Amino acid sequence: MTNVFLAQADIEAPPIDYAAILPMLIILGAACVGVLFEAFLPKHQRWPGQVTLSLLALAGAGVALGAYAGDSPERGVTTLSGTLAVDRPALFLWGTLLALALAALLLIADRSVEPGGAFVAQAGIAPGTVQDREQVGSTGMQTEVFPLTLFALGGMMAFTAANDLLTMFIALEVLSLPLYLMCGLARRRRLISQEAAVKYFLLGAFASAFFLYGLALLYGYAGSVRLADIANATAGTDRSDTLLFAGLGLLLVGLLFKGSVGPFHTWTPDVYQGAPTPITAFMAACTKVAAFGAILRVLTVAFETTNWEWRGVLWAVAIVSMLIGAVLGLTQTDVKRMIAYSSIAHAGFLLIGTMALTDEGLSGTMFYLLAYGFTTLAAFGVISLVRDSTGEATHLSAWAGLAKRSPLLAGVFTFLLLALAGIPLTSGFVGKFVVFSAALSDGMAPLVVIALVFSAVAAFFYLRVVVLMYFSEPAPEGPSVSVPGAFTTAAITLGVVVTLLLGVAPTFALDWAGAGGFALGS
Amino acid sequence: MVLAQESAATGIGIYLPLVLLFALALAFAVFSVLLGPLVGPQRYNKAKQAAYECGIEPSPQPLVGAGRMPVAYYVTAMLFILFDIEMVFLFPYAVSADALGLWGVGAVTLFIATFFIADFYVWRRGGLDWN
Amino acid sequence: MIASSWLLVAFPALGALILLLGGNRTNAWGHLLGCATVIASFVYGLAMFFADSFAEAADTTVYSWIPVGALQVDFGLRIDPLSVTFVLLITGVGSLIHIYSIGYMAEDRDRRRFFAYLNLFVASMLVLVLGNSFVTLYLGWEGVGLASYLLIGWYTDRPSAATAAKKAFLMNRVGDVGLALAIFLMFKHIGSTSYAEVFAGIGDVSPGVVTAIGLLLLLGACGKSGQFPLQAWLPDAMEGPTPVSALIHAATMVTAGVYLVARSAPIYNLTEDGRLLVTIVGAFTLLLGSIIGCAYDDIKKVLAYSTVSQIGYMMLAVGLGPFGYALGIAHLLTHGFFKAGLFLGAGSVMHAMNDEVDMRKFGGLYRKMPITFATFGLGYLAIIGFPFLSGFYTKDAIIEAAFGQEGWRGWIFGGSALLAAGITGFYMTRLVLLTFFGKQRWRETTSADGREFHPHESPPVMTVPMIVLAVGSVAAGALLISGDTLAEFLVPAVGELSESDHGVLPHALIPWLTVLISALGVLLAWTLFGRRDTPVERPANVSWPVRAARKDLYGNALNEALVATPGLWLTRFSVFADNRGVDGAVNGLAAGLGGGSGRLRRLQTGFVRSYALSMLGGGVLLVGALLAVRYS
Repeated sequence: MTNVFLAQADIEAPPIDYAAILPMLIILGAACVGVLFEAFLPKHQRWPGQVTLSLLALAGAGVALGAYAGDSPERGVTTLSGTLAVDRPALFLWGTLLALALAALLLIADRSVEPGGAFVAQAGIAPGTVQDREQVGSTGMQTEVFPLTLFALGGMMAFTAANDLLTMFIALEVLSLPLYLMCGLARRRRLISQEAAVKYFLLGAFASAFFLYGLALLYGYAGSVRLADIANATAGTDRSDTLLFAGLGLLLVGLLFKGSVGPFHTWTPDVYQGAPTPITAFMAACTKVAAFGAILRVLTVAFETTNWEWRGVLWAVAIVSMLIGAVLGLTQTDVKRMIAYSSIAHAGFLLIGTMALTDEGLSGTMFYLLAYGFTTLAAFGVISLVRDSTGEATHLSAWAGLAKRSPLLAGVFTFLLLALAGIPLTSGFVGKFVVFSAALSDGMAPLVVIALVFSAVAAFFYLRVVVLMYFSEPAPEGPSVSVPGAFTTAAITLGVVVTLLLGVAPTFALDWAGAGGFALGS
Repeated sequence: MVLAQESAATGIGIYLPLVLLFALALAFAVFSVLLGPLVGPQRYNKAKQAAYECGIEPSPQPLVGAGRMPVAYYVTAMLFILFDIEMVFLFPYAVSADALGLWGVGAVTLFIATFFIADFYVWRRGGLDWN
Repeated sequence: MIASSWLLVAFPALGALILLLGGNRTNAWGHLLGCATVIASFVYGLAMFFADSFAEAADTTVYSWIPVGALQVDFGLRIDPLSVTFVLLITGVGSLIHIYSIGYMAEDRDRRRFFAYLNLFVASMLVLVLGNSFVTLYLGWEGVGLASYLLIGWYTDRPSAATAAKKAFLMNRVGDVGLALAIFLMFKHIGSTSYAEVFAGIGDVSPGVVTAIGLLLLLGACGKSGQFPLQAWLPDAMEGPTPVSALIHAATMVTAGVYLVARSAPIYNLTEDGRLLVTIVGAFTLLLGSIIGCAYDDIKKVLAYSTVSQIGYMMLAVGLGPFGYALGIAHLLTHGFFKAGLFLGAGSVMHAMNDEVDMRKFGGLYRKMPITFATFGLGYLAIIGFPFLSGFYTKDAIIEAAFGQEGWRGWIFGGSALLAAGITGFYMTRLVLLTFFGKQRWRETTSADGREFHPHESPPVMTVPMIVLAVGSVAAGALLISGDTLAEFLVPAVGELSESDHGVLPHALIPWLTVLISALGVLLAWTLFGRRDTPVERPANVSWPVRAARKDLYGNALNEALVATPGLWLTRFSVFADNRGVDGAVNGLAAGLGGGSGRLRRLQTGFVRSYALSMLGGGVLLVGALLAVRYS
């Protein structure tokens, strides 16, 4: 107690396993360099500079990850005083995040589909003002989006590896704040874009408050924010379970919000619709991975022993999410909103795998994340190509008869929708299969039945788009399909190839996903 | 030190200074707010009625009229927060600088360098220009 | 030959791939490639049939598809008598239909794409019957659904085609859920989905689970095979081009359900209740289909309901248990011949009549189209069970087996099968009379687009397949049934054919009774339609049974009540709850109750405060529920 007022004599610097966290350091370091680029490069050099830097950073992080993962210890390591756990699931999720971010970055970097890129030149100008009208013709863009993307990515990587709740909260903010900002950067439809940013920010802050409150209660319960310590504390019996379960509940609200799981999904349709499409793609793919990576870790490491108490409640959440996603998706008329509701339904499916808490559940859920991420990313890539004079034509009526005008694009989109619906030979089928069978062998048969029914319902609204594209007469003043630039083509191709590959030969990815469990020690 | 040790024995007593500080701060705030209207001259003008009485005029809004603050204002505000945060971290370092040794110097230098990245950005983007 | 059996699937799959990716470059020769790949598969299958013996099922693993922990799903093929029989039917009849399509689709701009889809259809169906696990079967199952969806909706300028395609896909999805659930149940209780392990382990599973698996498989089979209560999509699927109808009805798709039940014989052998339900579904559907078939004037829809009815016979047979599987498969084969022939014949008539399908506008066509008439006539004789033609043998065997059941079952199943045979005689005779005989009513009328009719015989590329199928319709039955050829061949796959000797009617009597009842049906049709003129306009004032039959015996209404309406209400309720819960606004109430699509669009109010409120509500519920669970 005397130490309260005294500086300690010698403070040991915590040992840091630099090799393990190198991928994250590269991404965050590159983000800082990106900010310097913004500060010192002349305007016309910023875009090429940022694109090169970001791609190099992703490649470098990928190489560092590959080099480390090759001979990483089976049970993983914890480093930075036990705040980060770099174990096999974290490495798999990092790899997934980097790969998805690469595809998303290609979409973000594209400047040929929309002249000058999908991002506005000066985001700070209020819509409808004189300055706003003046910048309509300009082809400049806010290149800050690149370092912001890298910061968000770094936050996501930390989020999935965080071994204590405080680190997790910091990572949550690091990944969220850039996303809020990026949502407001759309070149077209400024007002709805800014509305999306503000909504996401306000609700995100609200969710963070839930998370923080839950964290505080759990600290009160366990006397530590370390996940492993919370798990140890639950083994004891003399503490107040009210703190534990209230804390867990509030913590989950914050996490489920990020994963856009119903009923905490309300932001999803509005934000997906308003944000610039490349950012929507980035959010839909990477945020989902990060959020479910964190949920997996929290539930498995800290709350495994209490799973009989919370599992029933999460059942209900999963059902609500699937219900909202599948049923409300039916009535959507905007294709971006429709994919948003699809992501809510998929969040329900993912939650089922997350709850299994077995090796199969872990590997199945991570595989599902990988598969879903690429499919949905490519889908948004395709959406960004269908345009009319006011920008992207996202209203479904504009997609009528698209197959006649652009059979290739319609074919690709159909394939992606089939993957989302879970038709065999696409990654969606394998993902659903492994997740549902993991849930089944962990005694969740009724939930699997419900999930199958909802996936059949959800298939209907994917089919609606297919019907529209193939079996409807094109509107006379319909949108045109832009010829994609190299970047967008690469991103969509990557997504489609991965979707097909994971459907036909998923063995390698399943092996990686099943390589090992979470590091349980501290 | 002796005081602290004795209070620790009585449990919650170690929080007493905190409570006193809190009461003192509250009293000062109430005192200042009350003192102004009582002794100061009462000359109102438009600027004094504004939401933030610091010389920044809210931009006129055609639709709602609620009065938004111009974006430039937030740049200044953010700059303030930047330095604030830097300070928050430098204080504890300064207190234990000796104990942390050379490693501590390196760490805090890295921290300040990182901080300056943001600083450079604001500076180059005209965040420090008034107008 | 067996080791490389994956080539069977690879040929048509490759054809589909080349034609789809090759684009317009392949237009000139695409249809030829499409035919060649299916014929190649047929030849390979035939060679395999003669070269190898199938005393034991041969499983080959092509590659390991989904390996995770305890769950191993290999992409493997099983070659046994059952799958080889189906391969020959699919590729054989499929080849003929492909060749026929060259002529039928000659004027379609997208003929190449049509052949790509046909190839995809055949490849999927081959995966379905060749797979050695239920998951591989599911792969083919979905592939068939997808290909049929593309083909039924082929005429994109017709809104009805899109609706029909959607209906087919969705009703199939209902069945698919059943199949998927059955697969997951097997995985849970047996730990595998491959046929070998499932059939080996099914004996150790509790009877309740076996029955559940059986019923879920039946649900899947009903969806794919157009059995009650999921039969409504099949007649609508006539919106596709006629070769597609022939392919769906004779060689692929609808036979999948029968295949599934026959393949799952070891499961059904263990569950009396499951088999009984299969039989009931079959018996009910065969009556339902034949009754509705009497009411339609659309030549293709009559044939479609005829298929519903005939598949009902097959389901009835396979439901009878060990001694019915071979009979069901035999009828499936002969039906494949004569129904394909009938559809191609109907297509030939439509080809000659400006795509008109209303039989009231036909009449007296036998003079104009002698080959079509002759081949169609043989198919007709086969389906009504004319003595010594193929339908006579196979249908009669099923009726006999149905009467072979004990007690009330024998009377009910046998009776309904016998009655339906009479009705089949009636509606098929009506069809033939209206189309080929009587006054040439087409001289007084025009087609829907105002053109006059100039019927003519179809080109050889269409008539030759019809002739081949007609020959098959005549001969197949005798070949398959006499001396129990097929039954013995199928023994390794479905077990011994055993006769039942406690039937309710003597065996010798039944064939003659069947012929008699069918003849009565024919006679009745002739009195009603052969001896007097048929009005071109459809009479509106008819008795209630006809009205009911014209409304598909309310099959659509039933589906609507069972599936569509609850779905609609669920949607409305969710929208309502979303709005209510979020904002409590009056417009939410209106959207929920009114349910107009325009109002449904207001799903979310758009107010951040409402969103935050719903999050708060969700959070309170979540925490409350967690605490309630803990302290209850």
